Amino acid sequence: MANTPRSRVNLLSKAISGTHSSTGGSTLLGYIGIDTIIEQMRKKTMKTGFDFNIMVVGHSGLGKSTLVNTLFKSQVSRRSAGWARDEKIPKTVEIKSVSHVIEEGGVKMKLTLVDTPGFGDQINNDNCWEPISKFINEQYEKFLKEEVNITRKKRIPDTRVHCCLYFISPTGHSLRQLDIEFMKRLSHSVNIIPIIAKADTMTTEERQEFKQRVRKELEMSGIEFYPQKEFDDDMEDKSDNDKIREAMPFAVVGSDKEYQVNGKRVLGRKTAWGVVEVENPNHCEFAQLRDFLIRSHLQDLKEVTHNIHYETYRAKRLNENGGLHPISSSDTQESNL
Amino acid sequence: MNSVIYHICTWWLVTVSTGEGARAVPLAGHVGFDSMPDQLVNKSVNHGFCFNILCVGETGLGKSTLMDTLFNTKFEGEPTQHNQPGVTLKSNTYELQESNVRLKLTVVNTVGFGDQINKEDSYKSIVEFIDAQFEAYLQEELKIKRTLHSYHDTRIHACLYFIAPTGHSLKSLDLVTMKKLDSKVNIIPIIAKSDAISKSELAKFKIKITSELVSNGVQIYQFPTDDESVAEINSTMNSHLPFAVVGSTEEVKIGNKMVKARQYPWGTVQVENENHCDFVKLREMLIRVNMEDLREQTHTRHYELYRRCKLEEMGFKDTDPDSKPFSLQETYEAKRNEFMGELQKKEEEMRQMFVQRVKEKEAELKEAEKELHEKFDRLKKLHQDEKKKLEEKKKTLDDELNMFKQKKTAAELLQNQAQQAGGSTTLKRDKERKKNKEHMCTWILLLL
Repeated sequence: MANTPRSRVNLLSKAISGTHSSTGGSTLLGYIGIDTIIEQMRKKTMKTGFDFNIMVVGHSGLGKSTLVNTLFKSQVSRRSAGWARDEKIPKTVEIKSVSHVIEEGGVKMKLTLVDTPGFGDQINNDNCWEPISKFINEQYEKFLKEEVNITRKKRIPDTRVHCCLYFISPTGHSLRQLDIEFMKRLSHSVNIIPIIAKADTMTTEERQEFKQRVRKELEMSGIEFYPQKEFDDDMEDKSDNDKIREAMPFAVVGSDKEYQVNGKRVLGRKTAWGVVEVENPNHCEFAQLRDFLIRSHLQDLKEVTHNIHYETYRAKRLNENGGLHPISSSDTQESNL
Repeated sequence: MNSVIYHICTWWLVTVSTGEGARAVPLAGHVGFDSMPDQLVNKSVNHGFCFNILCVGETGLGKSTLMDTLFNTKFEGEPTQHNQPGVTLKSNTYELQESNVRLKLTVVNTVGFGDQINKEDSYKSIVEFIDAQFEAYLQEELKIKRTLHSYHDTRIHACLYFIAPTGHSLKSLDLVTMKKLDSKVNIIPIIAKSDAISKSELAKFKIKITSELVSNGVQIYQFPTDDESVAEINSTMNSHLPFAVVGSTEEVKIGNKMVKARQYPWGTVQVENENHCDFVKLREMLIRVNMEDLREQTHTRHYELYRRCKLEEMGFKDTDPDSKPFSLQETYEAKRNEFMGELQKKEEEMRQMFVQRVKEKEAELKEAEKELHEKFDRLKKLHQDEKKKLEEKKKTLDDELNMFKQKKTAAELLQNQAQQAGGSTTLKRDKERKKNKEHMCTWILLLL
């Protein structure tokens, strides 16, 4: 057997159905192998793969599709791939969801992108958050229905929105009324990550000022964006998340074109006065957003959605009398009972 | 050309396997979501793991010793007595930590299993215990405000069934118990104290046991063979079931190492020597390879089965495709209405009864009143009669008195006449005497 670390045993006897109860401690003399459960779990999860559903909200022209393509380094959003620019702007907010399967390092991920064309584009934008809110609740409803079934599927298909990227227009002044209204209404049912789009229209100082102002406004309106302060598990989480919260909203630039800079090929936007490098932390905060979103908090986004937002929805739903849908065949139901 | 065909084929395969119209897209660079399993694992590690083992077997088969040996520690506990009236289950929870993995291990022991003369009900307490753990989880899952992710899972993940090393075949108690448990928990049968059987007998014993299990339709836990990395080892292990184990916490010096062993005058049985017993195999399979699978099977197969049966028992049905969304919600409503209706009916009945009783009581009271009146009237009449009688009597007495008085005056008159002819003093004395007599007569009459 390999040279293994000393294992510690804390005997904490809690009799569940019996009478024996004692506490004590002793040191183990060898390796058991409990820590292999990590490997077992990892293998299992890699086999089953992951679902991730991301929603992008913002009015047209803010570069949503480009950003998502840049984030996931593939053409997940078909817009930029030859989308006819003279297609009519939809009259109401539509919800379009597209799924792709991407694989990296043996890990399969089913990425679903939910786009919201028409948001904020009309003259009268009253209640344009309603179709989005309805969509999010519909996904929770679908999941709840599956969960409540008598014969359940082994793996309930998860279409709930795990993350909502909200694109803020880089006006340089402050948040728009629509932005505040939307975020206020949706921050309790979905994880919202605000992003400052097209950050290359602002200089670094303007950017800092704008960020400060946006953060202050968000705080004043009581909008809790992800990572929410109240869900920090322990001190370590809190300090990590505090750092992130300080830096949010991230000012990003998206691009799927590559250019030659200093002998390297980088993703960027070429202008007459230089190349804006997407992955250069001095130019914009794209790399930070990507690391935060994908490399460290991907699982946490899913967990907060499942353990908190979904549970809130479920508790609310089960407390209601009568539910959302009218009873259609009540007599047959009574006779079944 | 070939590569094109290959690409098309793999693309098609990926689409087919993922289904639901999800297109496979190639990545142009490193995105970084391959850290997802690590993120998931880190979260789970922070959360800690639960593992619950149930040891079923007759007293004296070395269950506690084996647990100690498996987990390399001395779990405290007195050896149990052999005269238990029934089967009780004692469970103890321990927190083990190895590197950064925290495991909440619960070991449940069956005390008194197989000790009774009549063992018909031995399996019942075990089944009840397992069901109780499922029930607790189901209750938590059905709650409105629930905390599933921090719930301490007490469902039994693995059941080690200890078979006595008779060398012949399974006892009928074993068969019955295993049959009752196989749909509720993952059963791993092991031959206890296998150092009592020689190698050749052991092989025959194992074959006999497996064939008996198969012929009786007992579903024991099969190590999963669908994951390529563990398929090979698992399938070889499957052929070694049931494992013949020896447990020992004492160490003996063999060569220059201290190993766990049992020392006999004729030799030493080393626990971790694969030639001596299957302990290492059991440990590998139970902990190092399949712990996660055991937990998953418990949740997806046994618990779901229990849940389905329980909900159907409670009267819930899945809705038809074109009916309402919430089977549970609406059935709750309907049941509640039914219940309320029943309650109302009961209330009505009670009210009726109450009204009835009041009426009866009133009638009774009225009767009593009437009687009382009658009695009163009778008494009054009696009284009046008495009075009348008395008055009549008084009248007669008065009459007599008057007559007497008359007679007296007549007598006095006569006497006066006689006296006037005789002496006056004697008259006075006679008068006085007569007066006294008169007085006495009137007093006597009055007294009458």
